[in-house]
Amino acid sequence: MAIPISYNVRNLKLRKGLTIMTALGIALTVTTAIFLMALLSGLQRAFVSSGNPQNVLVLRKGSEAELSGGFDAALFPTLKVLPGIAKDSHGEPMVSGEWVVVIVLPRKDGTGEVNVTVRGMMPDGLELRPSAKLVEGRWFQTGQREVVVSKSIRSRFSHANIGDTMEFGKGSWKVVGVFDAGGSAYESEIWSDVNQMASDFDRQGGFSSAYLRATDPIAADALKNRVSDDQRLKLEGVLETDYYAKQTSSGAPIKFIGIVVAVIMAIGSSFAAMNTMYAAVAYRGREIATLRVLGFSRPSILTSFVLESLLLATLGAVVGILLMLPFNGMQTGTSNAVTFSEVVFSLQITPRVAGFALLFALAMGFFGGLFPAWHAARQNILSALRG
Amino acid sequence: MTFTGFIVRNAFRNKRRSLLTMLSISFSLLLLTMMMSIWRTFYIDKGPPNAVKTIITRDRVSLAFFLPAYYRDKIRSVPGVLAVAPMTYFGNVYKDDRATNSFAQLVTDPDEYPKVAPDKIVPADQLLAWQKDRTGAMVDIELVKKFGWKIGDKLTLQSPYFPVHPEVTIRAIYTVDPPVRALYFNTKYLEESVSWFKGQAGWYVTQVASNGDVAPVSQVIDEMFRNAPQRTKTESQQAFRLSFVSSLGNVKAFILGICGAVVFAILLVSANTMAMSIRARTREVAVLKALGFTREGVLSMFVSEAVALSLAGGVLGVLAATLLIRWLTHSPVAIGIPAGMKVTIPTMLASLFVAATVGFLSGCLPAFSASRTNIVEGLRHIG
Repeated sequence: MAIPISYNVRNLKLRKGLTIMTALGIALTVTTAIFLMALLSGLQRAFVSSGNPQNVLVLRKGSEAELSGGFDAALFPTLKVLPGIAKDSHGEPMVSGEWVVVIVLPRKDGTGEVNVTVRGMMPDGLELRPSAKLVEGRWFQTGQREVVVSKSIRSRFSHANIGDTMEFGKGSWKVVGVFDAGGSAYESEIWSDVNQMASDFDRQGGFSSAYLRATDPIAADALKNRVSDDQRLKLEGVLETDYYAKQTSSGAPIKFIGIVVAVIMAIGSSFAAMNTMYAAVAYRGREIATLRVLGFSRPSILTSFVLESLLLATLGAVVGILLMLPFNGMQTGTSNAVTFSEVVFSLQITPRVAGFALLFALAMGFFGGLFPAWHAARQNILSALRG
Repeated sequence: MTFTGFIVRNAFRNKRRSLLTMLSISFSLLLLTMMMSIWRTFYIDKGPPNAVKTIITRDRVSLAFFLPAYYRDKIRSVPGVLAVAPMTYFGNVYKDDRATNSFAQLVTDPDEYPKVAPDKIVPADQLLAWQKDRTGAMVDIELVKKFGWKIGDKLTLQSPYFPVHPEVTIRAIYTVDPPVRALYFNTKYLEESVSWFKGQAGWYVTQVASNGDVAPVSQVIDEMFRNAPQRTKTESQQAFRLSFVSSLGNVKAFILGICGAVVFAILLVSANTMAMSIRARTREVAVLKALGFTREGVLSMFVSEAVALSLAGGVLGVLAATLLIRWLTHSPVAIGIPAGMKVTIPTMLASLFVAATVGFLSGCLPAFSASRTNIVEGLRHIG
């Protein structure tokens, strides 16, 4: 025979002050946990959504990142005629030789300088990345000193609006467009024409990487192996998705700190919840004894009090999630462990994060409620009735 | 019974409740103390006295780019410079990819390195042995303890950046406070096996004569390379470390946010407990008042009780944080914890001050309402 939940709900309502304060305490812990999880999930999204399963990234053998790569442009025609490459809108193989450099830009708010990735690409580079959408102006033109910037670059740095000029390399570059890369790692980049870029940084005759679009994901895998296995090329093919998945390791410090902070706060909140539940049990000593006399069993009393604690925790979790919702989409940046440049990402409160936060709160509620509930169930009926 | 004794007795009357409150507060303060210590390590701590006279020159754009070897001689020619050593980050992988086995491996010039790192203490004969053996390595005593190495042991290193697996022999063991857990070996040894690395270095560490030289010398160096193929960025070791921290994102806001949440959480917990405990004593308050205690007397009694409780929790939390941080910085399993991190006396006092303030605030409202209880109502109260 179970005690109806409405009994517990009414009890929580009865001591409003206590309930609200304990729930708020849990809510605070939940907000901290959500904040950290949302950071991680945003970072993960930035990297995971960057790769296209049909794109093969070609790097110098042994180099881990585009920045430390670099190979002779003479190899490019060989890459271009490899089998399995899709055709672009002009009926040519869809490939892009690219040059990536990192430049230093001052933050708009004056809080220091940040490394920003500038990517020079061939016209096919844009076709290879259909996820990047132009939101303002136009794309850069081949042979012109023009750049397009991502939305987040525009908002984080000065001189990044259409019509502005940016100073890097050997002179000034005109900003002609703004693109939206949908929260991917490209969201932290500035794009331009590869030849213009290479001449500005004295890197003519070489590429730091090349992108090949395969006809389908299976062909991409074969293409990747073909590039890596060709002894003459001394190049390495990587699936773009794998390349970016590896960079999620940039989140490791946040993850470590996040777990430590969340666990310590959770223990603290569990104790607070325990306190509240002990008080609830103490106030209701006679009531519990009455329930026992009426025939409710010990297990059902135990369940009832644990349930009450879980309800309290759920309330806390809901408040915590609501408190954090306004921060959803807030942008921030961290250093990319692979490219040494800043990667911009936004807080992502996904259903998964919210669900996890709820579980986290329920765990606190469970541990906080278990001992008091045990205590309640074990009370001596006679002495409790008299008390 | 004295007034103080009465307060202490009351504070611990309901042992379980007091204990739980204290534990809850202590966990929050543990976190607060840790956060403040991180803050201190990053933004306040100047490091060992010699570190102040150490400056670092690197590529202006990124540490990923190496600097040419001739930069070293040019830096050496700047007045005020005592010694210049090249440094390159070789990697941090040892044995396998596991993070617990990871430690920093750097290449440098053994002849000049001791001059730019005078805080590392090495026996003279060991230092000489390292300088004589081109394949020799110098390691931190903490690493020796962790991996059970001894002088003469051979290690095979691997790197994500260099396509070689050099075998080095431990020739010297250094001690330094705080430990840096790094291995150093000869840059020439690496140059021999990696041809494209010849004549390059990741960055230069320079020791200047006095503290006053740091800013002018840094400026002279950067000015000197203004029109060179690679522009440089020169800064103090402290600023160099900070640039790593700031690259992680807005760390300051992050720490402050957590601290804010923690303080607010303690406030709630403490206020909650005081509300419960005062409610349970409504009748006693009435008795006290009937005995002639003034409103102020009752108020101060409850507030003191709240302060005593949260202070007790604070002391526990601060102690736990001190032990935890000491364990973390000395434990071989912890990674990425700045070795210089410790809980200083001012940090402890600040934490305790926060605890006391929060206790005071949390006690005020419930104590105020208790002090206003009507005596007759209170005496009748059944709680």
